[in-house]
Amino acid sequence: MSELTLGGRTVQATSDRPNTLTSGHRACQGCGEALGARCVIDAAHKAVNGKIAVVNATGCLEVFSCAYPENSWGVPWLHSLFGNAAAAATGVAAAMRLSGREDVRVIAQGGDGGTVDIGMGTLSGMFERNDDVLYVCYDNQAYMNTGVQRSGATLALARTATTLPNGSYMGSDRKTGKFMPQIAMAHEIPYTATASISNIPDLEEKIEKAINIRGAKYVHVHVPCPLGWGYPPSETIKIARLAVRSGLFPLFEAEYGKVVKSLPIDEIVPAEAYLKPQRRFAHLFGKNVPRDEADFLQNIADSNIRKYGLKSGGIQND
Amino acid sequence: MLYQSEGSQAIAKAVALCRPKVICAYPITPQTHIVEKAGELVRSGQLDGCEFINVESEMAALSVAIGAQSAGVRSYTATSSQGVLYMAEAVYNASGMELPIVMTLGNRAVGAPINIWNDHSDAMAVKDAGWIMLFAETNQEAVDLHIQAFKIAETVKSPVMVCVDGFILTHAYDRIDMPSQDEVDAFLPPYNPETYLDTHDPVAMGAMVSPEYFTEVRYLAHLRKKDSLEVIRRIGNEFAKQFGRDSGGLLHEYNTENAETIIVAMGSMVGTIKDLTDELNAEGEKFGVLSIASYRPFPAAAVAESLKNAEKIIVVEKAFALGVGGILSAEIRLALNGGAVVTVVAGLGGRNITKQMLRECFLSKTDEETVFLGLKRDVISREYRPNC
Ligand SMILES: Cc1ncc(C[n+]2csc(CCOP(=O)(O)OP(=O)(O)O)c2C)c(N)n1
Ligand code: SF4
Ligand SMILES: [Mg+2]
Repeated sequence: MSELTLGGRTVQATSDRPNTLTSGHRACQGCGEALGARCVIDAAHKAVNGKIAVVNATGCLEVFSCAYPENSWGVPWLHSLFGNAAAAATGVAAAMRLSGREDVRVIAQGGDGGTVDIGMGTLSGMFERNDDVLYVCYDNQAYMNTGVQRSGATLALARTATTLPNGSYMGSDRKTGKFMPQIAMAHEIPYTATASISNIPDLEEKIEKAINIRGAKYVHVHVPCPLGWGYPPSETIKIARLAVRSGLFPLFEAEYGKVVKSLPIDEIVPAEAYLKPQRRFAHLFGKNVPRDEADFLQNIADSNIRKYGLKSGGIQND
Repeated sequence: MLYQSEGSQAIAKAVALCRPKVICAYPITPQTHIVEKAGELVRSGQLDGCEFINVESEMAALSVAIGAQSAGVRSYTATSSQGVLYMAEAVYNASGMELPIVMTLGNRAVGAPINIWNDHSDAMAVKDAGWIMLFAETNQEAVDLHIQAFKIAETVKSPVMVCVDGFILTHAYDRIDMPSQDEVDAFLPPYNPETYLDTHDPVAMGAMVSPEYFTEVRYLAHLRKKDSLEVIRRIGNEFAKQFGRDSGGLLHEYNTENAETIIVAMGSMVGTIKDLTDELNAEGEKFGVLSIASYRPFPAAAVAESLKNAEKIIVVEKAFALGVGGILSAEIRLALNGGAVVTVVAGLGGRNITKQMLRECFLSKTDEETVFLGLKRDVISREYRPNC
C-alpha cells in the first residue's frame, strides 16, 4: 500500500466531498448500495464540477432516498419507473443537448433487477444508440426492495425468498446468471467497468473516467446487502472484499467490447471464505451437500481468475 | 396553406409547427406514417433544434419523452393499440408527474384477437390514466387539436393525448388548411417550465409518497384536471378566434337545440352521423348530434346541459366493456343522473359503419339497451353455447 498523501485522497475522504446523498435517508444499517451510490455520485459530481443529472430506477436506492417530503439528493434527480431508467436518461441527455446544456452529464442508476431483468430492454437500446449516458448498476444480487426475491443476477445456489433450499433443491438454479458487463461489452460501447465498494479509490477512478467519455458507459458495482444476504451490518466492506478476493466478483475495465485492464487479486481466498459468513449460502455448508454443489461456485471463481487474469499481473492491454 | 394531404402527414407537419425538441417513437400500425413523416421533417432540417430518437419499444418511447420533458424540453410521441398498453405504466407516470407531453393515439382495436383496424378500445384502456384526451372528427381537427394540445398541456401541466381514428383519418387524404409557422408561433409560446432538472436548482422529481400525503396529491390532481375543462374551452375559443375554425373545446353540438333524439359519438364517425341526421331531418325527423371533443376530463355538466331536452339519447361507441356494456354510455348516464340511454356498439375492429345500418338502428322502435351494429346473428347462434 502506498502512503496516503492529502492530494491522493479519495473523494470520499476529503472534507469537501459533494455529499450528493445526504445522511438521514432510510437505508438499512450497513447498506452497500447506499455507500456505493454515494461514492459514485460524489465522484461524478466532483469530476465534472457538479454538472450532473441523475435518473433512478425503482428499487431500494430510490425508496430509501426520496420519501416525500424528505429528499436526500443534492443533485437534480428523476425517478420515473422500475424498467425505464435508461430510456428516461436518454431523454434527459437529449434535452440537455437540445437546450444548450451539453455540459450536464447524465447518469442512470438502478439495482440488479432494474438493470439485468426488467430494464434490460431499455438499457440495451441506450447502449445500441450509444446515447450519452453513464449507467450504473448496484448489484446486490436480488430484488431487495420487495423482500429478497431472486433476480437474473442472483448468484447460483443462493437462498432467496423465491429460491428457498428444500431437500435436494439447493437454492437459485445453476444458471450462468446474467453478467451484465459482458452483455454491455457485446454492444461494443466505449466503456464498461466493474467496481467494488471495498476498493473506493478504484471505483472513483472508474467513475471519473466514465463520466468524461461521451457515449454509452456502463459501470457495475458490487454492493453487499446485510439484510438480504444475512450477515451483520458491520461486515459489508469485508464481505465485498472477500467477493473480490475469491474471484467471484472480478474487477476489470473494457473499451469497445474488449477487456483492457483487470485488477489482480492481492490475496486470493477460497470461495468458501466469501460464502460461509452469509446466511444465503448456509445450506451449502450443512451435512450431505453433494460434492459438485459445494464445488460449483469455486469453479466459477477459478474460471473468473483465469478469464480475467486475476492471479498474475492482471490484464494490462494498451 | 390549403393543400391535399394524408392525415398522418398533416399531423406530423402540425406537430413540427409546434417546435418540439424531442420526438421519439416506436412503429405500430396505423400510427407509423405520423412518425415516419416526423422523422423525415427532422432529418431534412425542416424542424430545427429537434432530435428524432428511434427507440426499442413503446415503453422506451414514452420514457424518453418523460426524461426529456423532465429536463425541460417539449416532447412528443405517438402510438396505437398494443403500443399504448405496452407503455401503460409510463402513461400513468407521465400524468402523475404532471409532464405536458403530447401524444397522438392512432386509434386501433386491442387484441386478442389481433386486429390492426380502427376502434376506440385502446383509448378506453387508458381513459383513467390522468391524461387529457381529445378526439378528432376530421383530419383538419386532428391538425388543429395538436396545436391546441401543446398549449393546453403546458398551461395545465398535464399530458394530452390526441385521439385520431386509425386508417379512417390517419390514412385518408383530405383537404387541409395548414397554419403557417408564424401563425402557430403567435398562438403557442415557447415552452417555459417552472420545475425541471436543473443543476443550478436541483430538485428531486418522482418522489415516493406515503399514505400520509397520497390522498392529497391525488385530490389536488383531480381538482387541476377539473379546472382544465375551462382551459380546454378557453384555448379552443382562442384558436377559433385566431384561425377561424371551431375545432377544439369540450363538445360540438349539431342541431341539438330542438332535437327529439340526440346521437352522442366521438371521432370520425360523427361526420357520417351528421350526414345521416341531415337526411333524416329532411324527412321530417328531429335528430341532433353531440360530439364529445374532450373525453378526458369528461365535461359532464356541459353534456347534461346539451342533452337536457332530448326525449331519446343514443350513444354510438367504438368500444365496450366485456360483460358490462357501453363505456361512454355509462358516463353519459352518470352525467344525466340516470335516465334511458341506448347504446349502439359500432365499428369494432374496423367494421364499416354505413349510413344505412345507422338509419335502421336510429329509427328502430325496439327497446334493446345495447345494440351491436351489423351483428351477424347466424354466426352467434351457430357458435354460442351457454356454459352454465
Ligand atoms: C413494473 C414493476 N414491477 C415490479 C415492481 C416491484 N419492485 C419494486 S423495486 C423491486 C425490486 C428492485 O430490485 P433491484 O432492482 O435489484 O434493486 P434493489 O432493491 O435490490 O436495490 C421490485 C420487484 C415495480 N415497482 N414495477
Ligand atoms: S435491503 Fe439491502 S439494499 Fe435495501 S436498503 Fe437494506 S441493506 Fe440496502
Ligand atoms: Mg437488487
